[in-house]
Amino acid sequence: MLKQKLALALAATFIVTGSAYAQSARDYISMVGSSTVYPFATAVAEQFGKGSKFKTPKVESTGTGGGFKLFCGGVGVQYPDISNASRAIKKSEIETCAKNGVTEIVEVKIGFDGIVIASSKKTKPMALTVKDLWLALAKEVPEPGTGKLIANPFKTWKEINPDFPATKIEVLGPPPTSGTRDAFVELVMDTGCKEFSAIKALEKADEKKAKVVCATVREDGGYIEAGENDNLIVNKLVANPNALGIFGYSFLEENMDKIQGETVNGVAPTFENIADGKYPVSRPLFFYIKKAHVDVIPGIKEYVTEFTSEKAAGSEGYLANKGLIPLPPAQRKQIAADASALKTLAP
Amino acid sequence: MNKPSDSAAPDFRNRDIKTIVNAGLKRRHAAERRFRWYGLIAISLGLAFVALMFGNIISKGYPAFWQTYVQLPIRFDPTVIDPEGHHDPKAIESADYAALVRAGLRDLFPAVQGRTELRALYDLVSSDAAYELRSRVIANPALIGTSQEVWLLASATVDTLVKGNIDRTLDETERPIKDNQVGWIDKLQASGKIEKQFNTILFTGGDSREPEQAGIRGALMGSFYTLLITFLLSFPMGVATAVYLEEFAPKNRWTDLIEVNINNLAAVPSIVFGLLGLAVFINFFGLPRSAPLVGGLVLSLMTLPVIIIAGRAALTSVPPSIREAALGMGASKLQMVGHHVLPLAMPGMLTGAIIGMARALGESAPLLMIGMVAFIVDVPKGLMDPATVLPVQIYLWADLPERAFVERTSAAIMVLLAFMVLMNGLAIILRKRFERRW
Repeated sequence: MLKQKLALALAATFIVTGSAYAQSARDYISMVGSSTVYPFATAVAEQFGKGSKFKTPKVESTGTGGGFKLFCGGVGVQYPDISNASRAIKKSEIETCAKNGVTEIVEVKIGFDGIVIASSKKTKPMALTVKDLWLALAKEVPEPGTGKLIANPFKTWKEINPDFPATKIEVLGPPPTSGTRDAFVELVMDTGCKEFSAIKALEKADEKKAKVVCATVREDGGYIEAGENDNLIVNKLVANPNALGIFGYSFLEENMDKIQGETVNGVAPTFENIADGKYPVSRPLFFYIKKAHVDVIPGIKEYVTEFTSEKAAGSEGYLANKGLIPLPPAQRKQIAADASALKTLAP
Repeated sequence: MNKPSDSAAPDFRNRDIKTIVNAGLKRRHAAERRFRWYGLIAISLGLAFVALMFGNIISKGYPAFWQTYVQLPIRFDPTVIDPEGHHDPKAIESADYAALVRAGLRDLFPAVQGRTELRALYDLVSSDAAYELRSRVIANPALIGTSQEVWLLASATVDTLVKGNIDRTLDETERPIKDNQVGWIDKLQASGKIEKQFNTILFTGGDSREPEQAGIRGALMGSFYTLLITFLLSFPMGVATAVYLEEFAPKNRWTDLIEVNINNLAAVPSIVFGLLGLAVFINFFGLPRSAPLVGGLVLSLMTLPVIIIAGRAALTSVPPSIREAALGMGASKLQMVGHHVLPLAMPGMLTGAIIGMARALGESAPLLMIGMVAFIVDVPKGLMDPATVLPVQIYLWADLPERAFVERTSAAIMVLLAFMVLMNGLAIILRKRFERRW
C-alpha cells in the first residue's frame, strides 16, 4: 500500500511540475550558438548575473549553424532569445526565421577573432603568404608553366618556396563543421588562389569550378583534421615541431611560452595587428537578438548594454583579457547605439 | 627396434604410452607456458595503460584541490560601505567592495604608481574578492569601520605561477604574468602572505569563466537530478519488462521480435536517443530545454535495454525447481514470482541497473541535442532548472583557452572516476553479499 501511495505521489509531482512550467514564463535569458563566441558570451553572462538583479543567462555551445536552427524555430519561451555566431547570418537562415515568425532580428557585432597559423617555438618561423598556404593545402593546383590543374604534388615546404625548410607539409586544423574552418577557407584559401593567373582564367570560363578548386582542401594527409578542441592542437604542435596548426587567437595568447604565430603576408598575428585590420586572417563575431522576446524575457536589454559597454568590449575591457579583439572605437560607439535602439536587420 | 624417425606415423604397438606422452610433453608444456605469458603480457599492457591514464590525470589534477589565497589588510571603510551611516542593508549590498580590495593592495605596495602598474597590481586578486567581502559585511555589519587581515582568493595567473606551472625564466612577453607581478608575488610569498588552502570552491561553486571561481557543484547536482529520474523510470520499467518477458509472456514470434529489438536498442549509438529526446520530449511535449527531467528521460531510454537484458539474465539464473516448488505448494503465478523468484533475482538485477546507471553518468553525447551542453552558473535546485552534467562540464572546460582550466578539467575527471569506481564497487558488493549460486 505504502509503495503504491508513493508511486502515486511521484506521478502527481511530475504532472504538477510539468504543467507549472508550461504556464510560467522563463525568467533567464537563453542563448545558443558558436563555440568560438562561447568563451566571450559566458564571460559577459557571468558578469551580468553577478552585477545585476537578473538571473545569470544560460549559454549553450551548439555551433553557429545549429544555433540559428534553434533560434529560428519560432517565437515563444521554449525558443532561445539570442544566437551567437562566428559569421554573419545567411540569407537562407533569415528566410527560415521569417517562415517561423521570427521577423525582427537585431545584429550586434562584438569584435574580431584572429585565426592564427602557429608552430612550436622550437622551429624557425617561416614568413608565410596566403599564396604559399593555398599551394600547401589545396587539393588541386595549377601546374607551373602549363597552368593545367593537377593533384597537389607538394610534399615538403621547400618545394613551394626554396626559403622554407625541407620538412613535410603537416597542417593541423579544424574539421569542415567548424566556423573557424569556414573562415580560414574564405580568408586564406579563396584569396590565396586568386593570385594565380590560371585560376583567374578559369574563373572567367567557369566561375563555379574555380570556386570549388579554390576552396577544396587536400585529403592526402597534408591537412589533418584535428577536431574542435584547440588545446589538443596546441599540444600536438608541441609534440611535433614540424607541424603547423590553425586555431583562434586566444589559444595563441594563452600558450605564448610553447608556440609562436607565423606571420601571414608579412604581418604577425598580434593583438594590435588584428585590431588594426592589418593581419589578413581575422573575422568578425556577432550575436543576434530576437526582438519579439525583448520585453517578454527579463534582462535582454541590460545584457546587450553590458556586452557593448566599454567595460566589456572596450579596448581594455574584460573581453580583451579573454582574447577578443575589440572593434575600432568609432564603430564600437555606433554599434552600441544601434544595439540599444534595437535596430533590426533589413528583411 | 625401429627408430621413431624412420616412419612418418609413430609405431604405437612397439612403444608404451609413457614414452609417447613424454615425447610430446615438453612441447605441450612450452605451449602452455607461452599461452600464460601471452595472457600475462596482455593484462600487464592493459594495466600499464590504465596506470598511465590515471597517473596522467591525477598528476595534472591534484594541484587543483589546492587554491592560492592572498592575505590583504582590509579597512572596512565606512565612507565606502555605508556613507550615510544608516546601516541600510540596500546601501551595504550595493557598495563598491572592489575599492576596498584595491585600497588593501595599495597599502601593501605603496610604491606602485601609474595606471598600468596599478592595473597589474589589482590583477593579482580575483574579482571574486569583492563579493567575498560583501558577503562578510552582510553577515556581520559590525565589521564596518574595523581593519582586518583577510585571506582573499588570488587570481588564476597567480595560482598558476605559485603552483610552478609558469616558466619564470621566459621573457616577459611570452608568459601571462609580467615581471613586476612576479616581483610582488615573491615579496608576498616571502612575508607569508600567500598560502595554498583546500579548494572548497571547486566543490561548492557553479561554473565560472574565471578558473579560480569555477566549481563542479552545479554539474554534480545536475548529474544527481538526471540520474534520479533515470533510475526512477528505468529500474521499475526494466524490471517489470524483464519479469513479464521471462515469466509470463508466451513464446511466439511477437515476443521474439520484441527481444531482438531490445537487444538492438542496447547497441544503438547514444546520440540517436538525444535526437529522439529532442523530437519527442522538447518539440512535441514542450518540456524545457536543458532540464534534468528531459536529460533523465533520454538517459532512461538508453539505460532501459541494459537493465532489461541484465534482469532477464538474473531471472533465468534462478533454478526452475524454485518455481515448481512454489507452484506445487499452491502459490499463484504472481505469488511465485513476487515471493520467490524476484527476491532471488534482485541482486543480479540491481547489479545490472547500477552498471547501466554508471554508463548513464558518463554519457554526454545525447545531452548535446537537448541543450545540456551549456554554461550554467546557478546551481540547479530542481528538475526543471537549467543544468549540465559532470561529463559535459569536463568537455566544456577542456575546450577553454585559460591554462588554469587544465588542472580543473583533470580534477573534475577525478571526481567522475571516483563516482564510477564507487558505483561499480557497490555493484560488486551487492553481487558478493546477496547473490546466491546454485
